[in-house]
Amino acid sequence: MMNRQSSSWGRLVVLSLVGLYFLLPLVATGVFSFWEGGDRYGLRAYVSLVHQDELWESLWLSLRLALETIVVTLVILVPAVFWMHLKAKSFKPLFDFVSILPFVVPPIALVAGLTALYTGPAWFVGTSNFLIVPYVILALPYTYRALDVGMSSLDLKTLTEASQSLGGGWGTLFFRVLIPNLTSALAGAALLTIAIVMGEFTFANVLLFNTFAVYINYIGQTSATEAAALTLLSFLMTWLAMLGVLVTGRGQATLGGAR
Amino acid sequence: MESIATTRPTGLRVRSGALLTLVFIGPFLLYVLAFLVLPALRLFQQAFTGEHGLTLKYVAQLGQHQTVTAFFNSVVLSSLSATVGLVVGGVLAYLIQLPGTPRGLRSMVTSFSAVAANFAGVPLAFAFIATLGNLGMITLWLKNLGIDLYGSGFSLYSVSGLIVVYAYFQIPLMVIIITPAIEGLRREWREAADSLGAGRWEYWRHVGLPILWPSLLSAFLLLFGNAFSAYATPYALTSGILALVPVEISNVLSGNVMLSQQTGAALALGMIGVMVVVILIYALAMRRAGRWSRS
Repeated sequence: MMNRQSSSWGRLVVLSLVGLYFLLPLVATGVFSFWEGGDRYGLRAYVSLVHQDELWESLWLSLRLALETIVVTLVILVPAVFWMHLKAKSFKPLFDFVSILPFVVPPIALVAGLTALYTGPAWFVGTSNFLIVPYVILALPYTYRALDVGMSSLDLKTLTEASQSLGGGWGTLFFRVLIPNLTSALAGAALLTIAIVMGEFTFANVLLFNTFAVYINYIGQTSATEAAALTLLSFLMTWLAMLGVLVTGRGQATLGGAR
Repeated sequence: MESIATTRPTGLRVRSGALLTLVFIGPFLLYVLAFLVLPALRLFQQAFTGEHGLTLKYVAQLGQHQTVTAFFNSVVLSSLSATVGLVVGGVLAYLIQLPGTPRGLRSMVTSFSAVAANFAGVPLAFAFIATLGNLGMITLWLKNLGIDLYGSGFSLYSVSGLIVVYAYFQIPLMVIIITPAIEGLRREWREAADSLGAGRWEYWRHVGLPILWPSLLSAFLLLFGNAFSAYATPYALTSGILALVPVEISNVLSGNVMLSQQTGAALALGMIGVMVVVILIYALAMRRAGRWSRS
């Protein structure tokens, strides 16, 4: 009895210490974002941020890139994973292998290789859309896993045969049968992609594009309190995206992100 | 319909099947080839090619003091932050699944872990500057109590500081990946050990840890790789001053240092080499870890 009580105290102490470690940076950032110098606290940093056009431009750029990354990912990945599950099971080991390759080639090494390999044409490498290319790769381990799990829970053979025997073509099969059946997997993949792209710094910084994360870093050089405010905003966005993943995935949390 | 399908020459059916496979799977594999495999091979070619054909000059430059320091720092930082993540995250995952833990607490820890594991990079760096930086909340607070954190040798902008920061995503990552393995420890094994007179220590020494170790090893490797390839967090925190491999590569790419592009490629190749070893051992450990799982 004595032993159990002391272990329950130990558990409380450990949990509190860990909780403190995770809470303090958030609290400190929050307090700091309201600091106006001396003893004064207020909303000055937030007001100043709202009026900065570059912030909105960078946020919009990151959001647009996230959406475009999702579209490209779905276009190349949904048919491939679908066909692998339906007809080409022998590709499964290859796909699993490919999906861990982005871990083997770290983002900073990939950007070095990409810039060395692709030096033109300007419409391809010169615009911010070039970032979509590595972002699809960056998100691949998570999007592939989400789609793979989603499709293996479906009876694709029956669905396909039912759709085709009723006269539906490939378009009907994809848009009216597959996608409605995969909403939770697709939503999970999309939200993870948003979380990854909104926080991505490596590619954008090296390739000199002004995305949200690059902008936070830039603000950090000039105004620490505004950087704190943006940090909170960024945390909030990660929180929302992950909440979405947890809700759509029915408690299945996955990991990813830009470190 | 049926009869037409069966009277078709079989050769055509096979060919159309292969064609469809190409149409469905081709774009995906082509994409990965063009934007992941070829860039990596290009690094390989770049690192080994000089003005006069093949050369080992650039790879040999990895032996320079600066790059050796970068690799040393990266490996130390990754191993130590992975160890912190392994121990704290492992204990945390174990504590929250003990019987008697409130359900609310358990789901709070797991969902917060999903958020914190993804909260990294520049914002994380700034959150810690506001906490433990020169003028951070805790730093000033401790100073009021008479403890000079920076005077005692600690700096947020050093390897030791980065370990504290990395723990913020390493611990939750560990909780996420080790929880299934810990939940896989069967109650019967514990009861069997109890009935044979084993204490808590003996249970872990002879049953728990031997079953868990492949999972722990693979988790450690994942955490190691995670820290090893981290770039945004150290860059934002140290402005590219602290020598770490990813930071060095980005310095080469942006032309900030007197190193050639080829040396940068050799550095990137070195990084890929480390990651290949990490992932290979990880795959082996995972195979072993699967042995005890209920299938």
